[in-house]
Amino acid sequence: MPAPLIQTQQVVKRFGALVANDHVDLTVEAGEVHALLGENGAGKSTLVKMLYGLLQPDAGRILWRGEKVVLDGPRAARRRGIGMVFQHFSLFEAMTVAENVALALDGDEPLPRIAARLAEVSRAYGLPLEPGREVWQLSVGERQRIEIVRCLMQDPQLLILDEPTSVLTPQEAEGLFATLDRIRAEGRAVLYISHKLEEVRRICEAATILRHGKVVARCDPRAESAASLARMMVGSTVLGVTHEAAAPQGPVRLAVASLSLPPAEAHGVALRDVSLSLHGGEVLGIAGVAGNGQDELFAALSGERLAPRAEAVLLDRRPVGREGINARRRLGAAFVPEERLGHAAAPRFPLSENALLSGHAAGGFVAGGLVRRGQLLGFVDEVTRTFDLRKGTRDPEARALSGGNLQKFTVGREILRRPMVLVVAQPTWGVDAGAARRIRQALLDLAAEGSGVLAISQDLDELLEIADRIAVMFHGRLSAPLPVSGLTRETLGLLMGGSGFPADAPEAA
Amino acid sequence: MTLLEAILLTVITASTPLLIAAIGELVVEKSGVLNLGVEGMMIMGAACGIVAAIATGSGALGVIAAILAGMAMAALFAALTLGLAANQVAAGLALTIFGIGLSGVVGAAHVGAQRAGIGKLEIPVLADIPFLGPLLFNQDPFVYASFALTAGVAWFLTRSKAGLVLRACGESAASAHALGYPVLRIRFLAILFGGACAGLAGAYLSLVLTPFWTSGMTAGRGWIALAIVVFASWLPWRAALGAYLFGGITILQLHAQGAGFRVPPQLMSALPYLITIVVLVLIMRLRRGGTAGPAGLGLPFVPDR
Amino acid sequence: MRLVLERRSETPLALRLGSPLLAVTLTLASAFVIFAAMGQDPLNALHVYFIAPLSDSWGLQEVAVKATPLVLISVGLALCYRSNNWNIGAEGQFLVGAMAGGWLALATHGAPDGPWLLPAMLACGALGGALFALIPALLKTRFGANEILTSLMLVYVAELLLDWLVRGPWRDPQGFNMPVTVTFEPEAVVPLLLEGGRLNIGTPIALLVVALLAVLVGRTLKGFEIRLVGEAPRAARFAGFDEKKLTWTVFAISGALAGLAGILEAAGTVRMLQPGISPGYGFTAIIVAFLGRLNPVGCLVAGVFLAVTFIGAENAQIMLRLPLDVTRVFQGLLLFYVLACDTLLLYRPRLVRGAHA
Repeated sequence: MPAPLIQTQQVVKRFGALVANDHVDLTVEAGEVHALLGENGAGKSTLVKMLYGLLQPDAGRILWRGEKVVLDGPRAARRRGIGMVFQHFSLFEAMTVAENVALALDGDEPLPRIAARLAEVSRAYGLPLEPGREVWQLSVGERQRIEIVRCLMQDPQLLILDEPTSVLTPQEAEGLFATLDRIRAEGRAVLYISHKLEEVRRICEAATILRHGKVVARCDPRAESAASLARMMVGSTVLGVTHEAAAPQGPVRLAVASLSLPPAEAHGVALRDVSLSLHGGEVLGIAGVAGNGQDELFAALSGERLAPRAEAVLLDRRPVGREGINARRRLGAAFVPEERLGHAAAPRFPLSENALLSGHAAGGFVAGGLVRRGQLLGFVDEVTRTFDLRKGTRDPEARALSGGNLQKFTVGREILRRPMVLVVAQPTWGVDAGAARRIRQALLDLAAEGSGVLAISQDLDELLEIADRIAVMFHGRLSAPLPVSGLTRETLGLLMGGSGFPADAPEAA
Repeated sequence: MTLLEAILLTVITASTPLLIAAIGELVVEKSGVLNLGVEGMMIMGAACGIVAAIATGSGALGVIAAILAGMAMAALFAALTLGLAANQVAAGLALTIFGIGLSGVVGAAHVGAQRAGIGKLEIPVLADIPFLGPLLFNQDPFVYASFALTAGVAWFLTRSKAGLVLRACGESAASAHALGYPVLRIRFLAILFGGACAGLAGAYLSLVLTPFWTSGMTAGRGWIALAIVVFASWLPWRAALGAYLFGGITILQLHAQGAGFRVPPQLMSALPYLITIVVLVLIMRLRRGGTAGPAGLGLPFVPDR
Repeated sequence: MRLVLERRSETPLALRLGSPLLAVTLTLASAFVIFAAMGQDPLNALHVYFIAPLSDSWGLQEVAVKATPLVLISVGLALCYRSNNWNIGAEGQFLVGAMAGGWLALATHGAPDGPWLLPAMLACGALGGALFALIPALLKTRFGANEILTSLMLVYVAELLLDWLVRGPWRDPQGFNMPVTVTFEPEAVVPLLLEGGRLNIGTPIALLVVALLAVLVGRTLKGFEIRLVGEAPRAARFAGFDEKKLTWTVFAISGALAGLAGILEAAGTVRMLQPGISPGYGFTAIIVAFLGRLNPVGCLVAGVFLAVTFIGAENAQIMLRLPLDVTRVFQGLLLFYVLACDTLLLYRPRLVRGAHA
């Protein structure tokens, strides 16, 4: 039997006190699609960064075709035949596709030659790309194609894909699977990182499961159920949230009427004729591939950007389109942005001041211009109790919290104020299963009390779990909402891919 | 020699140090680093240049000393901003304050000491072309060097792989790092290049333009070089245009003062600074929505280990 | 061996207080080396520089006189830098403040005037400084022009304006053609605190300003806004704060304080206008602000320390024949060390063996 393609033996990686990888053994055979499963923070990214030479193990060794190797940089990894497609793409927005490819190739090939080879490879794999276009003009799917094609141009033996489908529509994901089939057929191996279990069961023939930096199981995912895989990942049975989708009944809490907004920045998306109405008691989901105007919609709803007309946004039938975010908060709205550190919270400020951040206008934390610290600390304690925050001290800096705990804080500080309307973007993005379940349940409980919840998410499973109705964003437009009962992933996928939307007017961009 | 010819010649000498310093800073900024210490590096170049030239009697050694001084200052800045990920704006200011002080100490013994400037380099045959010949082909070596630098940097940034990598570091340090490029080392080299250029520009001031040392002799030229980079939208040939624009203004106001215009000389002297402000405003208006600087400009980068 | 930075998840309080002290210690150590290199007895030179100014009441008063403008300017700059507004033109705002207040003193020269004159001069100085500082603020918020460059260019403009005024329209006709104005009348002079001393009421004004700003930064919503805009601009927009309005506010405050420092200097210490009324206070105040960790009380302590180096430099020039520029070298070094030590707050440096990754 030939030696496995790549093997890690007892690999350890520490960051300060945290042991990110604790004696990890991983074996990938040539020609197999191998899944690396685990929750956020389980150590998957750390492990593959070591395989790609970006990080060096503190102990243990890496074998390539049975021989010990030192991968002291991505260049060394590429020379062996290891290619990697990053989750947050390592692309340069202001550069062309060809330049982006050239940067990933070692050697000094002239750009025209690269462009020619690029065309050849992208034709062979059915991944169309225009070499001369600048990356910022491209969709997320096209960007992923650049990453994949530039790996394939180096004729890799092992292709590492980090959460490749999290940014794709179901149909685009199908296309990716077809490409992976072809890659496997050529005898190349794929290491596939994901937490989407159905997908893993479909395309992978082996799986290694990490939890808290340790390998907890190896299995053939085709022989497992999604539930059994989830149990191995989380370490306990994952409870679902309790929710029965229903038709909207309460009064309209938040309404948007034919809102159009030009892009805020050079590379942004314009909102085109967006209308929606959110009723009390319901969760309205907004699905869509990232970069189709969700950020812009959030900014327009929150008041971080003002609408051209006051009537474009109605809160409880009151026109607020020209009002800022704090005026909307005073009227009973609350907001949770996608980016936790830097947008929802200031990394180096303590939690109490981060509570003040969104609560100073309507939370009673300020008297006569002076900040009431006692009040703030009490509020932090309350969020901690209600949402079971795990933190070292009473009032730590936001950056000291784990992703899941910080997300519980930024959602919790809004929910505790019992808002009439809650607009939340990516409520559980990059959060462990326990925290995710708690946050989703809190959103459902808030809606059950009669508030309207608008959840913008890329995660279709999440929306199908918590939403009553789902609308889809595409190129800055919003579809009519569809009731969740009877809604399939395929229907949503087609909408996310743009079918059913009016064709865009030709753009200068 | 006609008056026009004389004016154009002085414009060239006023513009050359601005161009050299601006080209250096342009490369630094393209790599994603904002070094506001150009003034400090330049004046150290001026001081060390003339001190070395007087001590050794050689203009060439003076120039080399100036370049090395600029690079040493730049290395200091790099240690802070790359090694310790310090705030680039504050570190640049520190470099300027430090440089102005240290140049005063270095040059203290030589205030006002005259020495012969660096001679012209006449290109045979071409220099005999009427009007254009003396202007373009009978200049000091710095002038030729400034254009060679501009052309070289323009080629490097747009045509070479190394230039592509340098721009990648300026666009997104994280992505460049993920592809395996040593971002900090590349930025370090860019900063050193910027320091060498600033030092060379300083040498021009103390060895050619005035040929003697006075404390504070850069008089804000380092800052104007920074403004030229913004004006040029990070394009080398446009930086040359900007440098000559500012050089032209400086000379015109001198000639206007000389010609006895009934305007306070202080207002004339303030003109280059006022024009800098106006140009900065105008360029931002013109560029509205267009390409700004490198996306990662001024952001420190600390790789995970 | 190479240096690796590890992110800290929290910053210990001792480090926050200790890092400026470490920076000062390193500067003193460097000064020791530099003095030795210049052929001085380093201990003696350090004594002349840093101890002698503090050893008698004249010296102490002189330190307070020099610290006053540094503290006034730096607390304003600290607000700017905290909120990511890089006003480095305080030197110009200082001069414009001196000119604006001085204008009132000259306009009323020889005419009967009352006790309103001095307060009015101070108000004019503050207003002048504020308006001058609002130019870069306007250019930044309205046109997106880089405030670092514009505010600095305006320093040169202010210097030339003052030069023109004292050589031209405001020159003292009996001044033997010297570039100076007439000496201000007694009503236009900042009163002394102690009979026969040099200390004037500028110093208690500076202390009051420090106290007010300490409350503003630490206890009020406005202070939170200033800190948040600098730390996380996007989060500040989420908090509903208007970044542009804040830019105007902090530039106006810091310009007013620099202008106030300018007229206090002109009407207190110098008692006339002349080109060299500032020995670079506006630039040194930048270092004061950073050494004080952009905190009002910190600026007070740091201002006193840098004032000592000013006096020390004068002493050293007379007693040791050391050039005044040596002080600038120390100031630059000090800022280097302050920035280097601030890295300790965010990162834990570690020396590791091994290849480059």
